[in-house]
Amino acid sequence: MNTSDIFNFLKPKNELENQGDTLAAQNQPFIPDELWVKCPVCKKPVLSSDLNENFKVCPSCGYHFRIGARQRIEITADKDSFEEFDADMTSVNIIDFPDYTRKLKNAKLNSGENESVITGKAKIGGCEVVLAVMNSQFMMGSMGTVTGEKITRAFEYATEHKLPVIIFTVSGGARMQEGILSLMQMAKTSAAAKLHSDAGLLYITVLTDPTTGGVTASFAMEGDIILSEPKALIAFAGPRVIEQTIRQKLPKDFQSAEFLLEKGFVDKVVPRSKMKETLTSLLILHGSVPEKTEEKEGDSQ
Amino acid sequence: MSAFDSVTAARANDRPTAIDYITRIFGDSFIELHGDRRFADDKAVIGGIAELGGKPVTVIALEKGRNLKERVERNFGSAHPEGYRKALRLMKQAEKFHRPVLCFVDTSGAYCGIGAEERGQGQAIAENLMEMMTLKTPVLSILIGEGGSGGALALAVADEVWMLENAIYSVISPEGCASILWKDSTKTAEASECLKLTSQDLFKLGVIERIIREPKTVDSVMFDSFKTLIGQTFEKLSAVDTETLLAKRYNRFRKF
Repeated sequence: MNTSDIFNFLKPKNELENQGDTLAAQNQPFIPDELWVKCPVCKKPVLSSDLNENFKVCPSCGYHFRIGARQRIEITADKDSFEEFDADMTSVNIIDFPDYTRKLKNAKLNSGENESVITGKAKIGGCEVVLAVMNSQFMMGSMGTVTGEKITRAFEYATEHKLPVIIFTVSGGARMQEGILSLMQMAKTSAAAKLHSDAGLLYITVLTDPTTGGVTASFAMEGDIILSEPKALIAFAGPRVIEQTIRQKLPKDFQSAEFLLEKGFVDKVVPRSKMKETLTSLLILHGSVPEKTEEKEGDSQ
Repeated sequence: MSAFDSVTAARANDRPTAIDYITRIFGDSFIELHGDRRFADDKAVIGGIAELGGKPVTVIALEKGRNLKERVERNFGSAHPEGYRKALRLMKQAEKFHRPVLCFVDTSGAYCGIGAEERGQGQAIAENLMEMMTLKTPVLSILIGEGGSGGALALAVADEVWMLENAIYSVISPEGCASILWKDSTKTAEASECLKLTSQDLFKLGVIERIIREPKTVDSVMFDSFKTLIGQTFEKLSAVDTETLLAKRYNRFRKF
């Protein structure tokens, strides 16, 4: 984003709208770091500092801006409680797919991360959990072998230590560049989720915008409780693929979190500002015993 | 033979479909069972019970249809969520009555449409992956034509996965891959190579246990030897105690 965007609100209305459409259409994470940002939905300018204080949710229309995995951990886990697993694990071009090596390198540079998921142990409202947070800034959260491996290890750790698992999903689906091995991650992660479930342990998924493809068709839909952020796109096949298949326009809000709630595939749509307390309540209702000291210090953002 | 030759062969209209295998292997012993007990009977998925070497076996298959009329009726082998739920219902039934499960996979992918999304295509596939992983009875899946992504995997979480020589198994169609990679969906031949989707590639990657040779023309000899092989495999898998069977199945997928 360049400085001229500060004056976005001075531009003609139609130009603004087009810009908003482009942003939404490109499906790019919109990370404001300047003084003013424009909400891609209601088009109103918002002070960046206001947006940050409001969990990156537009104060005018409630649009949930996409946020990175580190920021998600910051607003979800108790302060300094996150201990990362497998931080150095990194993908290689296993099936020698064209251009994948370069794409991986770029993804690492752009996101500052080694993979499309961050996993670890954390406390939420004083309750100990295993937490996995996917990252849309790394190849649109696509699921490669390392993504699957980190999630599988997270489940296995949780099963061994009798801990609940919470996963925030965001994904464009399986990672084509790893061929069939990316498809196998769906089976691998599901296997680990099943053993965790059979051990009587709690698994909560939080679907965020967008959660699609192979991630939807595996661990995203396997939670005991499935939460979602408002208006998140949740799909097996993305809207463009469906429109190409059936050759007709899809109804508005099709595949939104609210649509899935209505159809019975999401338990509850929870705004970002209420997510931490909702997770804490659910954890306690499933037998987690919170450590008292954490919350009183007001460490949640 | 190039990867694209396999893609062409796997999709050929005159290729035997699941019904041919079921008829030639199980004959009149196959009794078809319908419906998912939730919503409907998905005709892209055929399921039932048959007899193999004097023992019962549950058979579940993705069926593309053998002519245009059948293909339309079977939705070209692309199942809706109710198809995967029917499959799971029959697998649970097999578990209850201690009979093995045989799956034939032949689909370009799970159906992409409004109804499929509304009824939870992703959830249906996810549930199969999870439940098949701990199904307490032997499962053998055979890819006989196209193995299209999650829609194929939902019937291929098994103790052994086999492929016909010219079958393919891929995370994305070559067309889809080409249009993403080169913005040109006609570069299917190049994409087919990149995706490593042939039986040879997948055997090397450890994704399948066995490649079934295809004779030039499909004959009864092929089906007879196929039948024997399936029978022997179920005998071998049934001799293993359940705990070991499930541990092996877990490790089979854990290694990827």
